[in-house]
Amino acid sequence: MAQTYRKLLVDPLVDNNPITVQVLGICSALAVTSSLKVAMVMTIAVILVTAFSSFFISILRNHIPNSIRIIVQMVIIASLVILVEQVLKAFAYEISKTLSVFVGLIITNCIVMGRAEAFAMSNPPVASFIDGVGNGVGYGLLLLLVGFIRELFGAGSLFGLTILETVNNGGWYVPNGMLLLPPSAFFVIGLLIWAFRTWKPDQAEAREYKIQIAEGH
Amino acid sequence: MSDAHSNKGPVRRFFDLPKDSVPKTLFVAVAVCLVAAMIVSAAAVALRPIQEINKAREKQINILQVAGLYENGTDVATAFTVFEPRVLELATGSFTDRFDAATFDDRAAADDPATSVALADDPAGIGRQSQFVTVYLLRDQTGAIDKVILPIHGYGLWSTLYGFIAVEENGNDIFGLQFYSHAETPGLGGEVDNPRWKALWSGKKLTDAEGVLQITVAKSAPPAGAEFHVDALAGATLTSAGIDNLVRFWMGETGYAPFLANLKAGDL
Repeated sequence: MAQTYRKLLVDPLVDNNPITVQVLGICSALAVTSSLKVAMVMTIAVILVTAFSSFFISILRNHIPNSIRIIVQMVIIASLVILVEQVLKAFAYEISKTLSVFVGLIITNCIVMGRAEAFAMSNPPVASFIDGVGNGVGYGLLLLLVGFIRELFGAGSLFGLTILETVNNGGWYVPNGMLLLPPSAFFVIGLLIWAFRTWKPDQAEAREYKIQIAEGH
Repeated sequence: MSDAHSNKGPVRRFFDLPKDSVPKTLFVAVAVCLVAAMIVSAAAVALRPIQEINKAREKQINILQVAGLYENGTDVATAFTVFEPRVLELATGSFTDRFDAATFDDRAAADDPATSVALADDPAGIGRQSQFVTVYLLRDQTGAIDKVILPIHGYGLWSTLYGFIAVEENGNDIFGLQFYSHAETPGLGGEVDNPRWKALWSGKKLTDAEGVLQITVAKSAPPAGAEFHVDALAGATLTSAGIDNLVRFWMGETGYAPFLANLKAGDL
C-alpha cells in the first residue's frame, strides 16, 4: 500500500504532470507566474484545495447521487476556495490583492475538478488526499519553473530580490519585458512541454495525421 | 431479508437507500449546502476583524502614497501621524466638529439619510452623497497647510473606484491621484494603478484663471490647454470616462469646490 501511495504522490510530478501531459490549468498558469512569490502562494492554495476537496468528496463518494454529483463537487470545491481566499485576505493581504480574481478562479481550475471526478469519486479518502497533493504539487512545480524563468529574465529578480542588476537601476542587465506579459507564459510552457517530452518520449501523443509526399505529375 | 431490515434504525435504513433515490438526492443536496454555508460564513465572520485592520492599513498606505510620503518599509502607523484628519462639511466648505474625525465613517454616512442626500444629477454614479467627508491635512513646519488629501469615488466600467486626490495649498494644483479600491479589468481599466499613468496627474491644474473647472481625462488635450488634461487610458474608454466624471464631480460645486475656494482664500 505504501508503494501505491508513493506512486500517487510522485506520478503527477513528471510522468503524469497535469500541465505538461494533461495540459490542464493553463489559464491560471499564465496569470500568476510573472513573479515567484505569487506563483508560490497560488501553488500552496491549489495544493490545499485539490487535496482537501478530493478528500471530502471521497468520503462522500458512496452517498453522492449521480444526477447531482458535479454540483455537489462544485459546492465542496467552492467552499474550500472561499476559505482559502478569506484566510489570504486576513493574513497575506498584499498577495491576495495581486492574486485578485485568480484565487476565486481555482474553482474553475480543471485540475481540481478533474481529480475529483476521475479519482476521488472511485477511491478511498486517504488515497484521494495523496492524489490531490501529488497533482497540486505537479501543477505547482510547473508554476514555479515558469515563474522562475519569467521573473529572473523579465525583472532580473527572484522572490523580489535582485539577482541581475537591471539597466534602470544602474546595472548591466536589460530585462526582457515581454516575459512579464501573459503571452510569454504560453511560450515558456510550450518550450517546457517540448523539453519534458524530449526527455520522456512516451509522453508525446501519437500523431493524428501523417505527412505524405505528394506524387509528382 | 425483511427481518434484517427491521433490525436497523430509521437513520441506518436511510443511509442504505440507493444513492440515486429521490429522498436521498434531496437530503444530500440540502445537507452539503448547509454544511458548506456554515463553514464559509463562520470563516468570513471569524476573519473579518483581521481583514478590517488590513483594509485600514491599506487606506493609510494609499494616503501616504498619494502625498508622496510612502517608501517600502515605512512604518505606516507612525508615518501616518503627520496627517491631521478633519471632517469637512461639503456645502459650506469648512470643517465641522460635529463628528470625531478618528471614528467618522464616510461610507456609513453616505447611507444615512440624516447625513447624506440622494443626487438627482449624478455623473459619478454614486447614488447618495454624504454631506460630511473625512479629509487629511498635511502641514509644513510653520503649521500652514501644505497639501490636502481628499477622498473621491465614482463608477467606472464594472465597479466603484475609491481613491484620493492630493491638492496643493493653493487649492488648484494637483499633486497626485490614486485609487485604492476598484474592480476594473486587469490590464485595461486596471491600469489606473500604473505608476506611469498616476504620474500624469502631478502638476495638473483644476481650474483656469476665471475659476472655471477645466480638468479632464480625455484622448486629446482640451482647448483650455495641456495643463488641464490627463491622457485617457488606452483600451479603457469607459473607465477613463468614469474617472473624468468622478474627478469633475468631486472637484465641482457639489463636491470640494467651496472647500478649495476657502483654501485658496486662506480662510481655514
